[in-house]
Amino acid sequence: MNTILEVKDLSVEYRTDLETVHAVNGISFSLHRGQTLGLVGETGAGKTTTALSILRLLPKPTGVVTAGEILLEGVNLLDLSDAQMKALLGEKMSMIFQDPMSALNPIMKVGEQIAETLILHGAPHQTKKQVEQRVEETLELVGIPAFRKNEYPHQFSGGMKQRVVIAIALACQPHLLIADEPTTALDVTIQAQVLAMMSELRNKLDMSMIMITHDLGIVAQVCDDVAVMYAGEIVEYATTEQIFSPGAHHPYTTGLFGSIPDLKGGTKRLTPIEGLMPDPTELPSGCKFHPRCPHKMAQCETVPPPTVAFENHLISCHLYTGQAEGGLK
Amino acid sequence: MSVLVETKNLKKYFSVEAGVLHAVDDVSIQIREGETFGIVGESGCGKSTLGKTIIRLQEATSGEVLYKGENIHALKRRKMKELRRDLQIIFQDPYSSLNPRMNVLQIITEPMVIAGLSGREAVEKAKHLMEVVGLAARLEGVFPHELDGGRRQRIGIARALSVDPTFIVCDEPVSALDVSIQAQILNLMMDLQEQRNLTYLFITHNLAVVRLISDQIGVMYLGQCVEIAPTDELFERPLHPYTKALLASVPVADLSMRHRQPEVIRGEISSPVNPIPGCRFAPRCPYVTPLCTEGDIPLKDMGGGHSVACTLY
Repeated sequence: MNTILEVKDLSVEYRTDLETVHAVNGISFSLHRGQTLGLVGETGAGKTTTALSILRLLPKPTGVVTAGEILLEGVNLLDLSDAQMKALLGEKMSMIFQDPMSALNPIMKVGEQIAETLILHGAPHQTKKQVEQRVEETLELVGIPAFRKNEYPHQFSGGMKQRVVIAIALACQPHLLIADEPTTALDVTIQAQVLAMMSELRNKLDMSMIMITHDLGIVAQVCDDVAVMYAGEIVEYATTEQIFSPGAHHPYTTGLFGSIPDLKGGTKRLTPIEGLMPDPTELPSGCKFHPRCPHKMAQCETVPPPTVAFENHLISCHLYTGQAEGGLK
Repeated sequence: MSVLVETKNLKKYFSVEAGVLHAVDDVSIQIREGETFGIVGESGCGKSTLGKTIIRLQEATSGEVLYKGENIHALKRRKMKELRRDLQIIFQDPYSSLNPRMNVLQIITEPMVIAGLSGREAVEKAKHLMEVVGLAARLEGVFPHELDGGRRQRIGIARALSVDPTFIVCDEPVSALDVSIQAQILNLMMDLQEQRNLTYLFITHNLAVVRLISDQIGVMYLGQCVEIAPTDELFERPLHPYTKALLASVPVADLSMRHRQPEVIRGEISSPVNPIPGCRFAPRCPYVTPLCTEGDIPLKDMGGGHSVACTLY
C-alpha cells in the first residue's frame, strides 16, 4: 500500500507574550491511500492542532510549527509557499469542521458557497454552466436535492448543514479529507446517516481520511488505524482491531475505555481516570500521563517513556520496556 | 417503592409566530422514590422543557405534576417557594449556569441563604458540601471561569444539594464534559443518590449513560413519550420503531458491530409547531399505516412495567 501522508516528529506551540502552550509534542504517523486514521483523545489533546498544522491553517502569529515534517504524497508541506499551499488546499486535501453552524457563511446561498470552492481551487477554467452543474452533482452526492442550492444555511437543519459542509469539502474531490468531529453536533439518528454517507463517499472517491473524534464508537465503526493522543503526544498507535482487543495497552487508553458506559449494560460503576488533563503550559516531566497513572513507577516521573513496538502496535509506556517484538502478552 | 413525582397528562405549549409549538404533549410518567427515571430523546424532543415544567420553572399549559400526591402547579406562591428546597435542578452547561461574578463559596451558599439559613451556617455547610462533591477547600474564593468543566459541574451539584432536596432534575449534566471527567461525575452522582436517597429525573441524549444510571426510562419524540420501560427491558426488548432506530444508530465501541451496516432511519425530525395528529414519528417510520395518523395513540401497557404508544401493538 502506498502512503499518502506522513507526519514525522511534529511539534507545535502556541506562543503569546504571557505563555507558551505546548500543543503537539513530537508526533509521527502515516496514512495509507484509501485508509481512515482515527485521532482519538479528549479536549486539549492536540487533535485539532495536528489537523490545522497539516493544512497549514494554524492561527498566525501564535501557532508555530517548531519541528518536524509533514509529507503529502512525498512533498513537505512546511516548505511550500503560501501560494503553493493555497493551490493544494481543496484540490488535494480539505477539512470538515466540527460545527456546521459556524462553518458556513450565513448570507451566501449554499450553492454559491460550493461554487466558490470550485472556482478558487478545482476549476479555474470552467464556464459558469459547468460550475453550476458540478454544484448540483456535489449536492446530490451528499444527498441534498439540487434545487436547494438557492437556499441559505438557516433554511437547513443541523444534519443538512453538515452535509453542505461535506459537499464543500468534497467539491474538488480531494485525496485527503480531514474531518474534525464531523458529527459531534448532530443527533444520533442523523449522525448515523452522515457517517454512513461519509464511508460510502470515501469508497466511491477512493479518499484517505483522518477522523478526529472523542467517540470510541465512531472509531470502531469507521477507522482502520487509531492514534490515541494525550497532552500533545501519541501514546498508542494501532489498528482498530488491536485497540479494541484485550492485551497490552497504554494505561490512558485503558482509562478511556473504563470511562465509557457500556451500551449493553452490566456496568454498575465506571472506572474513570482520576485527576485532570495537565496544563499545556506546564507539562509534567517524564511521561505526561504519570500524575494520573495507576501504574506509575519511579522512572515515569523523570524519564520520557520509550515507544515499544509490538509489530505494528506502538505503545509509549515504561510498563512495556524490553518487551518489544515479543508479541502481545 | 412509593411514587414520589408523577405527571398526569402534562402539556406545555408555546405560542410562536408560526403557530402553537407542542414542546411537551400529554406526558404521564411516574418517578419512584430513590430511583432514577431517565428521559432520552434527540434535540428538540421536549426533554428539557419536561424537566423544567416538572419542577415548575415553567407553568404547565395543562395537566398535573404530583409531588408526594400534591399538584405543585396548583400551589400558591409562598407554598411553592417552600417546596423549591425539595425540588432542585442541575443544568447542562456548567459554563453558562453559574454566575461569573460570584465565587465558588458564594454560589453554593446562595440557595441556603434564600432558604433562611444564617450566613455562618450556610458557609459551614457549603464547605462541607465542597468536600462531598470533591472540590478542594482552596477553591473557595475562585471564580467559575478559572475552573474546568468538570469542577464547574461539581459546583452545580453542590449548589443543588445545598438545600437538601429529595428530587433533582439532571438536565444533561455530563454532556459538555470529556469522557474521563464524565465518568467521574456520573460516579459521584450515583454515590450521592445512594447516600442521600435522592430521586433523579435524568435527561440525556446519550443512550449508554442513560442505561448506566437509570432504573426506568422514557423515550421522547417530538413532545410525546412513546415508550416507557425498566432499563434492561427497554434495551433488550425495545418495541417502538423509534426506540429501535435510536438504539441501532449509536456507534458501539467494540468490534462485534464493526462491519454491520447500521439501519439508518431516513428523514429528519419534523416541526413541533402545529404537529399532525397521531404518531409524530409516522413520517419516518418504516411500518407506517394509515391508522398511525388518524388520531391520538395512547400508551399501551405491555406488562412488566413496559408500555408503548404504537399502532403495531
